[in-house]
Amino acid sequence: MTTITETPPAPPTARLRVPGAFVLAAVLLLGVAPLALSDFRLSLLAKYLCYAIVAVGVSLAWGRGGLMVLGQGVFFGLGGYAMAMHLKLTDAAATGETLPDFMQLYGTGDALPWWWEPFADPAFALAMTVLLPMAVAAVLGFFVFRRRVKGAYFAILSQALAAALSIWLIGQQATTGGTNGLTDIQGFFGYSLDDPVNQRMVYFVIAAVLLLLMAGARQLFVSRYGELLVAVRDSEERVRFLGYDPANVKLVAYVVAAGTAGLAGALFVPAVGIISPALIGIVPSIGFVIGAAVGGRASLVGAVLGAVAVAWAQSTLSDAFPAAWTYLQGLLFVLAVGFLPGGLASLGVVLWRRRTRTPATGETA
Amino acid sequence: MTVILNQSFTGISIGAVLLLIALGLTLTFGQMGVINMAHGEFIMTGAYTTYVLQRSISGAGVSLLVALPVAFLVAGAMGALLEWLLIRRLYTRPLDTLLVTWGVSLMLQQLARDVFGAPNVQTHAPDVLTGNISMGGGVTFASSRLFILGLALLSVLALTVVLRLTPLGRRIRAVVQNRDLAEVSGIATGRVDRVTFFIGSGLAGVAGVALTLVGPIGPTMGTNYIVDAFLVVVVGGIGQLKGSVLTAFALGVLQSVLEYSTTLSVAKVIVLVAIVAFLQWRPQGLYTLRTRSLA
Repeated sequence: MTTITETPPAPPTARLRVPGAFVLAAVLLLGVAPLALSDFRLSLLAKYLCYAIVAVGVSLAWGRGGLMVLGQGVFFGLGGYAMAMHLKLTDAAATGETLPDFMQLYGTGDALPWWWEPFADPAFALAMTVLLPMAVAAVLGFFVFRRRVKGAYFAILSQALAAALSIWLIGQQATTGGTNGLTDIQGFFGYSLDDPVNQRMVYFVIAAVLLLLMAGARQLFVSRYGELLVAVRDSEERVRFLGYDPANVKLVAYVVAAGTAGLAGALFVPAVGIISPALIGIVPSIGFVIGAAVGGRASLVGAVLGAVAVAWAQSTLSDAFPAAWTYLQGLLFVLAVGFLPGGLASLGVVLWRRRTRTPATGETA
Repeated sequence: MTVILNQSFTGISIGAVLLLIALGLTLTFGQMGVINMAHGEFIMTGAYTTYVLQRSISGAGVSLLVALPVAFLVAGAMGALLEWLLIRRLYTRPLDTLLVTWGVSLMLQQLARDVFGAPNVQTHAPDVLTGNISMGGGVTFASSRLFILGLALLSVLALTVVLRLTPLGRRIRAVVQNRDLAEVSGIATGRVDRVTFFIGSGLAGVAGVALTLVGPIGPTMGTNYIVDAFLVVVVGGIGQLKGSVLTAFALGVLQSVLEYSTTLSVAKVIVLVAIVAFLQWRPQGLYTLRTRSLA
C-alpha cells in the first residue's frame, strides 16, 4: 500500500565507506563532543541521542519495513518507567526509606505495590527495560499482523495504545506518580547524578549504545532478513506467495524497534532525571517518527541525524520563539514529508536528478 | 435498575458525541483513505466559530442555530483548501497524509492560540439546553446531551440521503469503489474528492458546535477526540456509515459501563483491548465492501 522512496542502490564503494562513516561518528560522539561542549550542553546532547536511539528502531520498522510505528512512546515509556522505578527505589533505600517519596505523599503509605518489588533488583530492572517493551510489542504485533491488520489501521491502533498507556499512568497517581511521573531521580547505580563527572559518564554510555545499535541495525539491513523486510514492505503478497510469512517478518522488526525504544527510554531517565506520561503520549510518539521522517526514514544515518536535529531545534527554538517555532515545526513536517518523502538524506539525490534531468527511477512516490 | 438505565443513557450520549466527531472521518478516512490528523482542528474550528458568533449575536439559542451552518461552511472550506493544497498530492501515500496533516494540525493549534489565547474559552448554552429531562423513575438525561443525540442522528440521516439519493452521492460512491472506472466514465474525480473533503470537514465543524455544550473550547481540544474518532471508523469498517453508527454507540455504552465499574483510565485500556480482540474476529471492521482485491 505505502510506497516509499526506495533506497538508492549502494555504490560499489559502500562497503568501504560505511566503516569510515562509523569511525567518524564514533570520533565525533566520543571524542570531539565531550571535549568541545560544556557540561550543560553535553547533557542536552545526551537527551537528543536518546531520541536518536529510538530513531534507529523507527528506521528499521518504518523505513525498511513500512510499518508506521506511531506508538513508540509506549515502549519508550515502559523502558523509562522500568529504569525509573529501580532508581527511585535505590534513592529511597539510600535515605533509609522503603517507599519512594511520591508514594509517601499520595499513596496508601504502608506497603510497596507488589509489582514494584522486583524492580529493586538491578538486573531484573535492566532486563525489563528491554524485555517489557518487546513483550508488549510481540503480543500486539502477533495479533495485529497475523490478521493482516495493516497500514492506517496499524498506525491508529498503535496510537491508541500510546493514549491508553499515558491515560492509565495518569490515573494511577498512588503507584505511578500520576501526571508528574517519576521525578527527581538522584542516583544512577550508586553514582550521584548531581555530579557533572557522572553526568558525563551517562553521556558516554548513551553515545556508545547508539553507536552499537547503529552498527547492529546496519548489519540487519544488509542481511537476508533486511532484504526480506524490504520485500514485505514493497510487495507483501509476493513475499507470501514465495513461501515466507510476512507476519513474522514484520513482527521481528516491530519487536526490535520496541526494544530499541525501551532502551532509549531507560537511558533517558538518568540523562534527564524524569519520566512522565507527557513524554510518552500521542504527541511525543508522533515526534519520534517525525525526526526520522525529516532526516530520511529509509536511511539510518538520516533518521538518526534527523532525530537529533529536530530535538535540538525543538529545545533551542521553542524556548526563544515558542509561537514561531510551532509554525516552523508544522511547516517542516509538511514540506519534508509531503514534498521530500526520502527526507533530507535524499535531498542530494533529488537535486542531482533534477540537474541531470534523468527520469526518477527509484522514485515511486 | 436506575443505575443501569442511567449508565446506558450516559453511554448513548458518549456514543452520540463519538458518532458526531467520527462522521466526517467516515468520509475522509473511511472512504478516501486519508488519515487527516487535522480533523480534530476542524472540530476546534467549529467550536471557536460558535464562540465568535455568540459574542456578536445576542441570544444563545439563535447563535447556536446560526453556528451550525456557518461552522459547516468554515470547517468545510478549510478542509477543501487543505485537500487542494496538500492532500491531493498524497493519495498514493495514505500513511504520509497522517504526518503531513499532523504538521497542519500543529499550525492550526498555534493559530488558535495566537488568535483566541491559550486558555480555554466558554460559551453559554441556551436556556432550553441547560436543564435535565426526567425520564421517570429517577432517570434523568441532560437536555444538551439529547440535543447532541438528535444532531448526530440528523447528520447521519442527511449524509445518508446525500450519499444514497443524489447524483453527487452516486459520484462519490463511484470514485470510492473504483477510481479509474469512475474517471473513464466521465466523472471529474479530483472535484469529487474536494467536495467529499468539504463535506467531511464540514461535519467536523458541526461536531465542534455540539462539543461547546459539553466541554471547554481550547486550542488542544481536537487532540482529545481524534484518536477515539479514528477508532470508531476502524472498528466500523471502511467507509461504512452504519458501521460507524453502531460502533459509536457500542463503544460509548461499553466505555460508560466499564467506567462505572472501574475507573476512566482502566476503562480506556479495556476498550482498546476489546478493539484489538474484535479486529481478530473481523480484521476489516464491522461492515466491509466486498472486493476481489488481494490486499
